[in-house]
Amino acid sequence: MTAVTEREYEMVVGLEVHVQLKTRTKAFCSCSADFGAPPNTNVCPVCLALPGALPVLNHHAVELAVRAAIALECKVHETSVFARKNYFYPDLPKGYQISQYDKPLAEKGWLTIGELENKTPVRVGITRVHMEEDAGKSVHDRYNGVTAIDLNRAGVPLIEIVSEPDMRSSAEAGAYLRLIKQILSYAGVSDVSMEEGSLRVDANVSARLRGATKLGTKTEIKNVNSFSAVERALDSEFTRQVALLKSGGTVSQQTMLWDGARGETRPSRSKEESHDYRYFPEPDLPPLALDAEWIARVGREIPELPDARRKRLVDEYKITPPDAELLTSSAGFSEYFEAVARASLDPKGAVNWVMGEVSAAVNAAGVHLDEFAVRPADLAELLRMLRDDVVSHTAAKRIFARMVETGKPPVQVAAEEGLQKVDDDSALAGWIDEVLAENPSEAARYRAGETKLQGVLVGLVMKKSKGSADPKKVNQLLPERARGPS
Amino acid sequence: MKAQPARASAAAAKLLAGPLTECVACIREGAAIPADMVSASFDRADEVGAGKDALNIFISTDREGATESAKQLTAHLGRAEPLGNLAGVPVALKDNIATLGMPTTCGSRILEGYVSPYEATVVRRLRANGAVIVGKTNMDEFAMGSSTENSAYGPTRNPVDIRRVPGGSSGGSAAAVAAGIVRLALGSETGGSVRQPASFCGVVGVKPTYGRVSRYGLVAFGSSLDQVGVLGRTVEDASIGMEVISGCDPLDSTSADVPVPRYELEKNAGLKGLVIGKPREYFPDGLDPRIAQECERALDAYRELGATVRDVSLPHTSYSIPVYYIIAPAEASSNLARFDGVRYGLRVLSERGLNGMYEETRARGFGPEVTRRVLLGTYVLSAGYYDAYYKKAQAVRTLIAQDFRDVFASGVDVLFTPTTPTPAFELGAVKDAYEMYLSDIFTASANLAGVPAMSVPIGDAAGLPIGGQIIAPHFGESVMFRAAFGLERALAGNFVPGEQDA
Repeated sequence: MTAVTEREYEMVVGLEVHVQLKTRTKAFCSCSADFGAPPNTNVCPVCLALPGALPVLNHHAVELAVRAAIALECKVHETSVFARKNYFYPDLPKGYQISQYDKPLAEKGWLTIGELENKTPVRVGITRVHMEEDAGKSVHDRYNGVTAIDLNRAGVPLIEIVSEPDMRSSAEAGAYLRLIKQILSYAGVSDVSMEEGSLRVDANVSARLRGATKLGTKTEIKNVNSFSAVERALDSEFTRQVALLKSGGTVSQQTMLWDGARGETRPSRSKEESHDYRYFPEPDLPPLALDAEWIARVGREIPELPDARRKRLVDEYKITPPDAELLTSSAGFSEYFEAVARASLDPKGAVNWVMGEVSAAVNAAGVHLDEFAVRPADLAELLRMLRDDVVSHTAAKRIFARMVETGKPPVQVAAEEGLQKVDDDSALAGWIDEVLAENPSEAARYRAGETKLQGVLVGLVMKKSKGSADPKKVNQLLPERARGPS
Repeated sequence: MKAQPARASAAAAKLLAGPLTECVACIREGAAIPADMVSASFDRADEVGAGKDALNIFISTDREGATESAKQLTAHLGRAEPLGNLAGVPVALKDNIATLGMPTTCGSRILEGYVSPYEATVVRRLRANGAVIVGKTNMDEFAMGSSTENSAYGPTRNPVDIRRVPGGSSGGSAAAVAAGIVRLALGSETGGSVRQPASFCGVVGVKPTYGRVSRYGLVAFGSSLDQVGVLGRTVEDASIGMEVISGCDPLDSTSADVPVPRYELEKNAGLKGLVIGKPREYFPDGLDPRIAQECERALDAYRELGATVRDVSLPHTSYSIPVYYIIAPAEASSNLARFDGVRYGLRVLSERGLNGMYEETRARGFGPEVTRRVLLGTYVLSAGYYDAYYKKAQAVRTLIAQDFRDVFASGVDVLFTPTTPTPAFELGAVKDAYEMYLSDIFTASANLAGVPAMSVPIGDAAGLPIGGQIIAPHFGESVMFRAAFGLERALAGNFVPGEQDA
């Protein structure tokens, strides 16, 4: 008898990704779709579902949804139909969600998420992309014993991206999610922030013996709030399913909630899976008819996607493919890089600074790149000052730190802080003399021919000058000052 | 204490009883004062016993608000922009049309006291044209019914015969016009709810083409069927009301961007050469002989006026009631989900938590007919039944619509049929729900097809009004009004609308 091990099982994953579209207003009314307003302030008769109110479709939402669908290689249908998904929940004001059902916006896309060792591309099919509206938010922990409802989010436009069950590991699922996020961010479709809820993931997972062609019974994992949580939840749920199957049990189709603190999935108490949503075509909205010409135009106007940008950065700026890969992981950073590289004519310097200082400072400040105090033009100016030897590398770092704090241009910071390179012989001589006087034993050994102390002494001079001394000139001047006045 | 409101002048009372155009002309010339028209309307309501203990026509009235808007109109007189086509005209609204300053209850317990914070597009259009809203009329709960007996606020009685129903669901609006309290009222249609009460009360009732009038602010029942309609004393009054409320509305995605013609221009157009279709399915063997007789007289009148009457067929007519009673409840079951006790209206707390609150609120808030239709609609949309019921019904609906397209494509200008299979029945006489549903047998098909239709008084059976129905092609309101004007004139003296009461 052979023991059946976990290795003999294969994980099968399909993902449902909800993405909030970056529109100014909601999907079916003119309320602001902004995140973070005081509760129930972005509401109107339509999104409150007052008696008699009717939805009117936001065409910008349609354009963004089409853009997303095309970026994901989907076929966009010229006619799609909105449908009502009926269920009762306090944060669902109408008692139904306007969604799309049997005639979605787009179908049959795919993504290449990487390649196998033998260079075979790993492709994940995208079943469909459809439009829908978000529900409001139930707030359970704000008031004692009662649930509060915030309907600011009710009616915000979403797309749901449903994948085929094409992923075979949690790592593939993670790669798929990171790629979706990257593409939609580049396409300008969404902020794709899991923290702000503009990207949400439900994961369907099943286990089957390797080589089996039939899919096992799947469970759906909800309540995952980061990509790494998705990966951990998948591994944990897979292990649970395999243990169940190995012991001769069966997996029951149900919704599981991910408990990140305990690192395990547990069955959802809600009987969500028994819901009959009674979908039917939304009679308040005519079928969504899109002109083929218009769809094509939206496709042509999609901003450059990550793959294309990587190749172009290598060609245009002669940077290395790994650098390009690193830069393009975020649309914002690659754009920032390009602005710096163009203005400074120093792509290499731009790579180093953007991936080094800028990335670290942005992370430390916890801000979005577009809110970052140092604008690309100012960083480019600093790179030019470095190249022209106006400032030392040490001083440049200090100037940059001040720029982050104040948003001031580098020339101004350098002037205010006295960080421009000092190459005036008398000032340098003064600092050198002071250092020699303050460090008599080192000075004596140096004078006695211990030339390796040159670096130590230059460093002390640089320190005394707060980095403004031109180290080249200090190196030249040090021997003659040490010899003393002739 | 407030002084007793002044009684209206005899002149205002006379204007209220006369044609709309006269009233509007007098007000524009300054010969009549809008506030007096409001008084005349409220006096008439007292006179005929519109109150809860008698006809029970209104769910709420607003004399103060109406007087205030009337005074504002007077202040506007003489300014650059002329007063609209309904200047100073008292108008009543069915209580499922969102109105500022007065409750909008839909005849339901679940919306008792609910005041809409926004106003329906049709009401804004009425006000913009100088109409003064005097009250909200009684109706079958959420417009589900054909007798106005299904109101949580008690039944309305027919001013023609107080033992009888006014029809429904716009029974209060039809009764308000028939009793002479207003010249014009708005109702709403899903399967005949304007035409059927118009027929029962002896007034004119119009259901426009689906998409002709904005539904924004009309509390939804069957969204793909609902239209706001008008009830008026005469074809001309109704045509003026229709013209005011018609037109594309950016707030209603199902409203159509089709120009609105001047309907009252059809008044003197004449009927020579008009082809009137007489669909055999609407004249079945068992039709009430009094109704059959009045319809034949109307058709004779058409012939005398130079129109041709042609026998035609709409072969799928018999499916309209079953199809209607699948589609309308299906949409209603979803439309009424928002009445959940969470945000507005009745909330009944329960020890059984959230689901308990939903159940108690809806069980206590909805009456039996609404409950029946919500259950019916939920059932036909359920997994496993959807294809057999809802999907099939939609397929048959397209056949019914095709019947109309075919008959109008064959050279028929309008169709003429009875509006209802019987005259007004007595309160409590129709107990079986399905029998009540058959009241809509001649009207529901126009809603399913989306075509315009109207009911015009054509005679009576022992004093009970009988209405004839004119059905026109999509956006063919002009030819419909043309046929209605001609018929009204030909039958004048035969039956004078609105003159049957004391």
